[in-house]
Amino acid sequence: MEKRTGVYICRGCDIGNALDIEKLSEVASTEMKVPVCRVHDALCNAEGVGLIKADIANEGINRAVVAACSPRMFAEAFEFGADVLTDRINLREQVAWSHEPNDEDTQMLAEDQVRMGVARVAAVGPAQADIQKTTKTLMVIGGGVTGLNAAKSAAAAGYAVTLVEKEDRLGGWANRFRSVFPKHPPYTELEVGGCEVLVEAVEADPNITVHKSTTVKKTSGQPGQFLVELVNNAGVSEVNVGAIVLAAGWKPYDATKLSHLGYGVSRDVITNIEMEDMVANSGIRRPSDGKPIASVAFIQCAGSRDEEHLPYCSSVCCRVSLKQVLYVREQHPGAKIYVIYKDIRSPAQYEQFYTHVQAEDNVFFTKGEIEGVTPASDGRVTLAIQDTLLGKHIEINADLVVLATGMVPATRIEEVANPGAAESTEEQMAGDAAESPDKASAESILNLAYRQGRDLPTLKYGFPDSHFICFPYETRRTGIYAAGAVRSPMDISSCVTDAAGAALKSIQAVESVSRGAALHPRAGDLSYPAFLMQKCTQCKRCTEECPFGAIDEDEKGTPRPNVLRCRRCGVCFGACPERIISFENYSVNMVSQMIKAIHVPDEFEEKPRILAFVCENDGIPSIDMAGALRLRYNAMARIIPLRCLGSMNAVWVSDALSSGFDGVLLIGCKSGDDYQCHFVRGSELAASRMGNVREKLKQLALEEERVEIHEVDISDCRRIPKIMNDFLEVIETVGPNPYKGM
Amino acid sequence: MAEFEPIASQDTIVDAIGADMLVVGGGIAGMTAAIETAEIGKRVILVERSPSLGGRVAAMHRYFPKICPPQCGIEINLRRMRANPNVRVLTLAEVESIAGAPGDYEVQVKLKPRFVNHNCTCCGECEAVCEIEREDDYNQGLAKTKAIYLPHLMAYPHRYVVDPAYAGDERMRKCAEACRYGAIELDMPSRMVTARVGAVVWATGWKPYDATKLETLGFGKCANVITNVMMERYASSDGPTAGKIVRLSDGAEIKKIGFVQFAGSRDEHHLPYCSSVCCLASMKQATYVRERYPDAEIHFFYIDVRSPGRMEEFYRKAQADNRFFFHRGKVGKITENADETVVLEAENTLTGAVTSLEVDLAVLAVGMVPNTADEPPPTDVPRDEFGFMVADGAAGIVGAGVTSRPFDVAAAVQDATGAALKAISTGTGG
Repeated sequence: MEKRTGVYICRGCDIGNALDIEKLSEVASTEMKVPVCRVHDALCNAEGVGLIKADIANEGINRAVVAACSPRMFAEAFEFGADVLTDRINLREQVAWSHEPNDEDTQMLAEDQVRMGVARVAAVGPAQADIQKTTKTLMVIGGGVTGLNAAKSAAAAGYAVTLVEKEDRLGGWANRFRSVFPKHPPYTELEVGGCEVLVEAVEADPNITVHKSTTVKKTSGQPGQFLVELVNNAGVSEVNVGAIVLAAGWKPYDATKLSHLGYGVSRDVITNIEMEDMVANSGIRRPSDGKPIASVAFIQCAGSRDEEHLPYCSSVCCRVSLKQVLYVREQHPGAKIYVIYKDIRSPAQYEQFYTHVQAEDNVFFTKGEIEGVTPASDGRVTLAIQDTLLGKHIEINADLVVLATGMVPATRIEEVANPGAAESTEEQMAGDAAESPDKASAESILNLAYRQGRDLPTLKYGFPDSHFICFPYETRRTGIYAAGAVRSPMDISSCVTDAAGAALKSIQAVESVSRGAALHPRAGDLSYPAFLMQKCTQCKRCTEECPFGAIDEDEKGTPRPNVLRCRRCGVCFGACPERIISFENYSVNMVSQMIKAIHVPDEFEEKPRILAFVCENDGIPSIDMAGALRLRYNAMARIIPLRCLGSMNAVWVSDALSSGFDGVLLIGCKSGDDYQCHFVRGSELAASRMGNVREKLKQLALEEERVEIHEVDISDCRRIPKIMNDFLEVIETVGPNPYKGM
Repeated sequence: MAEFEPIASQDTIVDAIGADMLVVGGGIAGMTAAIETAEIGKRVILVERSPSLGGRVAAMHRYFPKICPPQCGIEINLRRMRANPNVRVLTLAEVESIAGAPGDYEVQVKLKPRFVNHNCTCCGECEAVCEIEREDDYNQGLAKTKAIYLPHLMAYPHRYVVDPAYAGDERMRKCAEACRYGAIELDMPSRMVTARVGAVVWATGWKPYDATKLETLGFGKCANVITNVMMERYASSDGPTAGKIVRLSDGAEIKKIGFVQFAGSRDEHHLPYCSSVCCLASMKQATYVRERYPDAEIHFFYIDVRSPGRMEEFYRKAQADNRFFFHRGKVGKITENADETVVLEAENTLTGAVTSLEVDLAVLAVGMVPNTADEPPPTDVPRDEFGFMVADGAAGIVGAGVTSRPFDVAAAVQDATGAALKAISTGTGG
């Protein structure tokens, strides 16, 4: 269809007071040759919207460029349907509200905004979804309480589920717990453990196919089209699924490493899991001689919150010990019970459970550090404890000692050289692969046939968790969601909630990919990347740098994009030196055209020009808010919003410098350990690519100071003027670009 | 019965709306439940009683453990919401009644007037000429706004609102006249809307425990005693002190600050339960202080430090700060000297001695009281003795976020996502 563009300039909100609107219209119609250009006093109001709609109906306008306020404002008003490509030019927050009104430089800025906007729209097409044949069947890996609940919730919502469990029965750890700590008011009574009812419900559910004694040999494909090879005694089978919930659970910390707490030294020093097993089976007795218990000591944080063992807290062990105190009380009413802790973590209404257990007779809670756990001559176990509430140094003799050990995710690979280190899976894998190539594959649960690795990248300590506080289910592998104790230590009721949450996310995944739409954070985005393979030089940058492992490789290193894994950030095209990757509505060429459209005054006018690439996730909102606060800064910068700073291609810097720009500013989200970047590594990659950019500057005999990168968080709007003005000062000191006007 | 209309025409006056789910409460839990549901293709009505979405999280400066700004996540959620025609947001809206059964509820929602209509462009002209000031609830009453105001920079809907106490005031006419877009309607009436939905998620959040009830802790009497919720506002650049954390009495810099943990929590006389986030929240706020005052002494009075899971690392970082002092003991009494320096008295549980410490500012880490304690859903729902909604597994009205139990942000979002699926299955009779 023929492109027919209409530009609509709003005079409202002081835009009309700050700018020569007539001249602006001329830029659109005469200079940029836009067929329709109209001016209105309040485009967002019904009459303004009506004006645009009338042109769509009567003038054949299919590209509506609204030159008014920020695209983050009134998006609902400027909604013209799928057949019209709507674009926004910011004349309000970025121009009229943040610069001197009726000023030459402000006018030049506004005119360039119009030029960039029209050039952008000319260089793009509307996003057209790549609809492929996909399945909405879900897979759940792990048949414990999390996996069972994920399967059940998804099935209840109408989705078919394949559940895979490596053991020969379903139920996981919950099967072994006779009771669980209370989740219902008044939060004082133990509740029935086990999950037979849940297991029965899942096994009877016609929407759930259960595979027991089965593991995943290989997972390939992409959301909507995962091909999973399952293996069990009967052989190998294949399943097609649309999304995967990884609910592989946990294992207890290896207590053989806790000999300093008496484990392995005395048979009467056991773990909390061994205590559960005793309670569920034989009853609580001394393991060494089978005699009944007159005294028990619980040692909290056994190998947890400890740099030498597990540095983190497993969050449930305090409550488990409180429960086990009541087990002891049930079976040995007169026994003396000691709980030695660092902090008792009984959050929320579990505080009521703690209060209840504290009130029991003959139960002594004391804060203290364990100095030693040794066998006593009378067959009991002696604990030496210091810094207690009862005095500086005490000794307790107990018939039984229970170590409250922590939870290790099933995705954590054992025998790592330094178990306390917070290594990512890639590092762990690389280390292990170097020593014994088979070890990595033996430990992997998903066995992803992905170029970037076999399992979900882990966050810390082996947990494949989300880095985002606001989006706890996100992982770095699209369509695969981690749930339950594998992603973070949690109790059963949190696992149940987590299971439902992950199930919902996986339902979203299959529904979205079936429409060709992207997932978080560009949820609903219908654009998708296209690769001009003929020009690919197999440099492998895109396959390595994609934050989501969306691009696989063949033996020659040719990228094999998996479009349904794509989150549409554009980091791949930022990396590509040959510029072969593009989206219909977002491409290297689009930005190049925007840069070319800007009028750069020649050196004699002494008006420096700065090109600012700004991430639209935190940077653009920050700039918007600076405008909303009417904070002023210089009008020398031309802002180009990017989906992610990681999509910045070095050719733009070359384009900018050869167009005569005096400086380039990059503004993105925070990188580093506590990264904010919504696409994980975008701003980090942009920063590392600055190395190449500096090389380029050297080749052109230009000063390094001409390019700066800044990390801004969204609430930093008050920093924006300083960033802009300080950079201008640097540029003024360095002087005009010698290539200007060439 | 009007068809469900996408948000673009939300100002069309309708008497009734049909949808798959109603979410009550537009804070982080409610927003999450609404968007996550909308993204699987279900229609959702999100009801919020204040003029803007965002709730308490929007008023925070940062959250733990990444110390990142909440506006970042809110921005993404708003973007998802704007892009999704399946969500319809009603603000200044409260649920008056719920009838029916799971799968088919009829909910009466009262829409209070904003006195500003959809023509508002947020140009700010009305605010500039307004002569009336009122207490800023976004800033915990610590600052003022004009009577016609934008709730905050991330407000959604992004539209001004008139404080109803002043809508009838003569002086407001000036504002109406200043508006070039005919957006101010001082005679806007309330409306009732009937929502027909399959499921309801109740996510009405919390309020801080009233610190004036902590009689011995000096709040309201000592000039330099504040609550954790107030501290978030002081630390924020759009707060009452533009982000400066200073002594309230004289604006002096902070050399010593005291964080008084479980103030009124884990206490039979106030809140018997633990609010689970306050230890971490105070350690987070300590980072605000440390950022501004590299040498200030930070004193932390606790009984148990609750930094579960991987949050333990956050605690370790605080412990590594050699001007961060942990005191195991409950602060029993707070008074002030003549120069308004705060005096904290606590019993050290390890030594038994009563210690007294002077600080420039004391922050009471007060707990969270669920709004369902005194404003439950207008229909029978199981709640515990503290007012939290109990998940009893049965179909019906599902609680999400702090409505269920005290949560941090990640846990509230986790809870709301799970609650959404539970509610959807209810609606479809699953």
